Amino acid sequence: MALLEIQNVTRRFGDFTAVGGVSLAIEAGEFFTLLGPSGCGKTTLLRMIAGFDLPDAGRILLDGVDLADRPPEERPVRTVFQSYALFPHMTVEGNVAFPLKMAKTPSGQIAAKVAEALEDVRLTGFGKRYPHELSGGQKQRVAIARALVTHPTVLLLDEPLAALDAKLREDMQLELINLQKEVGITFVYVTHDQTEALALSHRIAVMNAGRVEQLDEPSRIYGFPRTRFVADFIGHCNLLAGPITANDQGIVTVDVAGLGPVRVAANTTLAAGRPGTVALRPEKARIEASAPAGTPDNHYRGTVSDLLYMGDVTVYIVDTPGGQKIEALLANSASGRAKFFEVGDPVEVSWPVAAGHFVEE
Amino acid sequence: MASRAPGRWGKWLVSGPPLLYLLIFFAVPTLIMALASFRTPGEFGGLAPLIDETGALDLNVESYARFVAEPVYAQVFLKSVWYALLTTLACLALAYPLAALIARSPKKYRNLLLLLVILPFWSNFLIRIYAWMIILGPQAALARSVNGILGAFGMAPVSLLFSSFAVLACLVYVHLPFMVLPLYANLEKHDQALLDAAQDLGASAWQRFWRITFPLSLPGVYAGAALVFIPALGMFAIPDILGGPEDSLIGNVIKQQFLEARDWPFGSVLSIVLTVAALLLAGLAAWVGRGNLGTPSSAGESRA
Repeated sequence: MALLEIQNVTRRFGDFTAVGGVSLAIEAGEFFTLLGPSGCGKTTLLRMIAGFDLPDAGRILLDGVDLADRPPEERPVRTVFQSYALFPHMTVEGNVAFPLKMAKTPSGQIAAKVAEALEDVRLTGFGKRYPHELSGGQKQRVAIARALVTHPTVLLLDEPLAALDAKLREDMQLELINLQKEVGITFVYVTHDQTEALALSHRIAVMNAGRVEQLDEPSRIYGFPRTRFVADFIGHCNLLAGPITANDQGIVTVDVAGLGPVRVAANTTLAAGRPGTVALRPEKARIEASAPAGTPDNHYRGTVSDLLYMGDVTVYIVDTPGGQKIEALLANSASGRAKFFEVGDPVEVSWPVAAGHFVEE
Repeated sequence: MASRAPGRWGKWLVSGPPLLYLLIFFAVPTLIMALASFRTPGEFGGLAPLIDETGALDLNVESYARFVAEPVYAQVFLKSVWYALLTTLACLALAYPLAALIARSPKKYRNLLLLLVILPFWSNFLIRIYAWMIILGPQAALARSVNGILGAFGMAPVSLLFSSFAVLACLVYVHLPFMVLPLYANLEKHDQALLDAAQDLGASAWQRFWRITFPLSLPGVYAGAALVFIPALGMFAIPDILGGPEDSLIGNVIKQQFLEARDWPFGSVLSIVLTVAALLLAGLAAWVGRGNLGTPSSAGESRA
């Protein structure tokens, strides 16, 4: 049985359904992420796990016990808040000792536990400081130490890195992964940042409009998005939509306006005439000056209409004569030049049938 | 000069008028009073000439000696401190829940509720005190029901009016808004995330109040206490109108010295003692609260 079970949980605010019949099973020791755009219900779900909000329908079970009657202060669940919510009138030690005092820990043990928690987040020696004397990253660590010091069963993290700058965010991501491994506590992480979710999680639940669109490992979420929303939300994706013209022996052909027939390997029973979408990651599209020998099935001529030079890679936007846009990504390391093509260059974009991914509407 | 900052003249132009006002109507009168406390009372009231018939400067500490020699004045003074302290504590006890309630009510009602708190200011101070004569009068419902209950237990009737109860009740009534407003201003800024965090970390409702809300509200408590205690200390109108003969406070004695005994030097001595005591207590409050004057929200931390 899973450690944390969310069974058919619904939460409405007036006419608005924030969470609509979500069921999840989160295993002990897992780094689980709720990923979605703002308003998708991920924070509402987190608040219901913490106990700040109650489901209108459905149950939340921890270790098989229904949490419905337990207020936040009685749940073995801790939250790291987006704003850190450190107590400004207490030192770092005072903040970290707070949950121990609330749990009536014998005063003789408090100092040692606080020191241990501060060591876990690499803040030894900062105990006497006040929150306003700390940097953003340090405050974040204090918040984590404070939440972990009582060894909760589940740690909830609500966009904990959103307020940090990009470089620090990357460092903290690595630290979070290591910390989670070290303490072995189940992390439920909420974010709208898909790269963060992909980098940190064991499993991701992609949420949209109060529902879970897909629940899977990061590589499968990225490589095999089940819905158009997931394909679009996770990473960049060319979404080529149109009616299915053929479905034969695992190869589906979609007639895309402005492009023509696009063939994709797919395991679907959808018949010809139904709508379908081919999701194609920009890094899987080949872009060349002219069609070489052994060109895959899908190949289209076009003109570079725009390019985004990103340093390590360049994203080319190719317009086909029919007016369809295709994004293709090319690593710059492959040549001595800064980039391969210029705006206006005629190019050939191609990909094998296995590179695209068929998504039902 | 190319500087866009206001020059020396600009600064004086802006800060000059209020400084001049305080100089003429506060600093100079205070100095006149300080000087008066060392002078001799005039034969028919007021002050004797500063230069006496022999041509000598007539300054002495006799009025101070009198304050020390006649303990009745120090006693009245201590009683005033005691009344002011009781008033401050009662105001705090009544104002804290009220301010917290307003701070937590929906935003659109807050200004209306604050307006209700300061509504009494719209009517004259003395009229409001006289109104208490009616509320506490022997024919009013309050006194009749209290005495009815006392009578039922075989006890003698009491007079609510002209008592220390009347004085304290009215002192609290008059000063309550001065406690509510700074407390509200403080509590309104508190970050709900801190209380959520405390609850998440295992704090009960009482612990959340005692360990988070209350310590963070101390700057508001100190500000309110100062705004209530200092004026309550010098109040004379309320004991005059609502108090009995035993309820004279230092303000009444000062008024007596100036208007009835016409002993200006001694009245000045009492005024100076009152001013110095108020300053000392305000300084003490600031010193006690020195570590707690931080911002009440976590969002404001970065200001430091």
